Amino acid sequence: MTTPTEGANVPAVEEPIRLEPPLQVNRGAFGSAGGSGNTSGYGTLVTTVAAPAPAERPYGGWYDEAVDVLESVLPDVGVAFDAAISKVVLERGELFLYVNREHLREVATALRNDPDLRFEMLMGVSGLHWPQDSGQELHAIYPFLSLTHNRRLTVVVRCPDADPHIPSLIDLYPGNNWHERETFDFFGIIFDGHDDLARIAMPDDWLGHPQRKDYPLGGIDVEYKGAVIPPADERRRPR
Amino acid sequence: MGIEEKLPSGVLLTSVEKLAGYVRKNSLWPATFGLACCAIEMMASGGARYDLARFGMEVFRASPRQADLMIVAGRVSQKMAPVLRQIYDQMPNPKWVIAMGVCASSGGMFNNYAIVQGVDHVVPVDMYLPGCPPRPEMLIDAILGIHEKIQDTKLGKQRERQMISQEAVALEAPTLRQQLGLRTVLDLRAGEAPAVELPVVESQVVPR
Amino acid sequence: MSTDNITFESVEPDDIDDAGSYDTTEGRVYTVSGGDWDTVLPAADGTQERVVVNMGPQHPSTHGVLRLILELEGETVTDARAGVGYLHTGIEKNMEFRSFTQGVTYVTRMDYLSSFFNETAYCLSVEKLLGITEQIPERATLIRVILMELNRVSSHMVALATGGMELGALSAMIYGFRDRELILDIFESITGLRMNNAFIRPGGVAQDLPAGIEVAIREVIANLRKSMKDNYNLLVGNSIWMGRTVDVGYLDLAGCVALGLTGPILRATGLPWDLRKTQPYCGYERFEFEVQTQNTSDSYGRFLIRLNEMSESLNIVEQALDMLQPGPVMVEDKRIAWPAQLSIGSDGQGNSLDHIRKIMGESMESLIHHFKLVTEGFTVPAGTAYVPVEAPRGEMAAIVTSAGGTKPYRVHFREPSFNNLQATAAMCIGGSVADVVAAVASIDPVMGGVDR
Repeated sequence: MTTPTEGANVPAVEEPIRLEPPLQVNRGAFGSAGGSGNTSGYGTLVTTVAAPAPAERPYGGWYDEAVDVLESVLPDVGVAFDAAISKVVLERGELFLYVNREHLREVATALRNDPDLRFEMLMGVSGLHWPQDSGQELHAIYPFLSLTHNRRLTVVVRCPDADPHIPSLIDLYPGNNWHERETFDFFGIIFDGHDDLARIAMPDDWLGHPQRKDYPLGGIDVEYKGAVIPPADERRRPR
Repeated sequence: MGIEEKLPSGVLLTSVEKLAGYVRKNSLWPATFGLACCAIEMMASGGARYDLARFGMEVFRASPRQADLMIVAGRVSQKMAPVLRQIYDQMPNPKWVIAMGVCASSGGMFNNYAIVQGVDHVVPVDMYLPGCPPRPEMLIDAILGIHEKIQDTKLGKQRERQMISQEAVALEAPTLRQQLGLRTVLDLRAGEAPAVELPVVESQVVPR
Repeated sequence: MSTDNITFESVEPDDIDDAGSYDTTEGRVYTVSGGDWDTVLPAADGTQERVVVNMGPQHPSTHGVLRLILELEGETVTDARAGVGYLHTGIEKNMEFRSFTQGVTYVTRMDYLSSFFNETAYCLSVEKLLGITEQIPERATLIRVILMELNRVSSHMVALATGGMELGALSAMIYGFRDRELILDIFESITGLRMNNAFIRPGGVAQDLPAGIEVAIREVIANLRKSMKDNYNLLVGNSIWMGRTVDVGYLDLAGCVALGLTGPILRATGLPWDLRKTQPYCGYERFEFEVQTQNTSDSYGRFLIRLNEMSESLNIVEQALDMLQPGPVMVEDKRIAWPAQLSIGSDGQGNSLDHIRKIMGESMESLIHHFKLVTEGFTVPAGTAYVPVEAPRGEMAAIVTSAGGTKPYRVHFREPSFNNLQATAAMCIGGSVADVVAAVASIDPVMGGVDR
């Protein structure tokens, strides 16, 4: 666990220059809508969630080799490496490739077909909504698994709220079918090329995409022995 | 219902009612409506250790047309609620409903957009059974409670009178708040005078 | 089906008293609601014989609320789709408003037959984000392994029991649930609950094992080895059972890999892919066990794999019991470790008196830690983690994203049943309706995990 710098004797640490704006800036220490009579003194606390910083070479292990293979294979299909992959991140020892959505299919094809990569299995799509990350609010996380080489890596694709389209991968990985439907159902990401993008968990005529951050939890007040407790997203709660 | 139409009203029916109640309660056939974790405990109740067959209930009828007890075991989602209602409607009278588990009784721990907060929004419930999941013994206790209810059910005109009187009692009954003598800020704001001068604790209402 | 082709303008408010009909690209679709066949049939044109049958969501032969939409031609299935979502609970969204420790109680109810696996996948991801994976005490890891493997046995027992019942072997149901009760007794002694036990917490486990439990577990294992033979003798080699499951639900390796299937379905094709061997977690590399495979890729093969995996799991539990040493069961870092031990006092169950004496009288830091942990929970540094475990149904992982707070920013579960159920179409098309039941039983989906 990282301990924050404490004590008055330690000089203030300068924030390193981030290449990307933060994913989220939290104001106040309590999560519910402001103005709740917070007298704790933590109401003016500002914390940021930084976007993961790109990793520096050498990445370690087999990661360098894998990225090298992608660098050599992608131009053969007419895609420059830097145009396809915007950053390579190492988070807690795992490799995350941030792929631009226009070239997702080429990258996925390379990951699947190239014999040195051979990521035969795609474990699904997981959506993520960062409402303050303007221009790329919706993130989609694709974990890949290679049975031949016993390796894992993750691809992250970002798309803006205003244009929530990501190419579908179901012809490369048919098992992604329901995952894309689920991500559409919960986040509103439209997967182009998916011929059957219907809701999977909510009723067909449901309005809204429930797991977005601007969608309420939707609970009701709990009344018990005279006390009324609002649902979880409306309570004052620590962030 | 065959027997009840043939009975002339006003005739003393006590022994017939007792017999009908006895027969009905001892061969209740549950409709399979197992949804989630509670369904597994329901199946375990039907298993060898907590044997539901001793109550005549090991036959879980798949077809609701042949069932008289619907044990709603598990959380009812928004998509499932119309199905639940349809199955209930397909069951012939007399029928009873047990809401098994907290999710069926009140929405349980899932106070959110996806779960119906209590199946009594969808079907009328005769017995609420809390637990997450309730042990098989608790389910059997609920079933025995339903058995008592069935045993005491009257027939024909008496049944109508019983239902009217039960409803009147329920409408007159004090709410839980009144029973416990609690008063909150909300009640006082509504102009209701406190029955007993209890100190009003503002913090009883959790701020938004 | 895309909704572009359905033209609702074609519903005629005519004198036919049926529930309506509309045109699709495939022809006219009629909705009948009973008692109106003779009004509908003469109006139908063409000689199409396709019948669409809806199995479920309430049906005895489905593992929970699964809706199977089958297109039949006689008894042969020409198209099969699985409709899911009838048990969607919004667990993932609900967890965003609860602390990480409280998240365990939500997570445990997803795949309710393998609750410890849900908890372990979630806790491993949270521990990876916290960076304390190496500091989990040995005893806690072994307890996790014991609980997980016993859970694997109980989950497979339910699979065999319900599978047997659906195919008509009602005794299999009784044997399976009878044996499962023995394991549930162990769970109740250790965790307090039979099911949905929120016992594995980030940092370790909630409480230490009770006294005498190791003897009890060994006794249960010995009993199970004897009583599991009942199911074995009933079904293995039984010509009726084999007639219903051999060559039914066939899905070869290419199909499995394309659909992203893991677990017994993948191992039935012959590939010995088991995360406990290939990407070990929780110290599984220390245990000796064999990955069970068959090479028939059908329901019978999966059934045999489940039977054998149960025996292997019991071996692993015995080895773990041998390795148990006294020690702590929660991580040492007091800012993460759940502070109190519950115990039974004079007025019921509550914090143990030792703990109360410590926080009220002896240590200010303990009081502060207790307060912070109970009110808001521990803080997890920002990031995303994916740690997979080998659940009874396949690879299960929690993708936990933290925004640096005390509550998860987003938890998404990669559930094996969600992928495995997509194989329904591949397995059922071309077979008969009875084979659909056998195939779905061999997939062993748990709808709580599918819909979350």
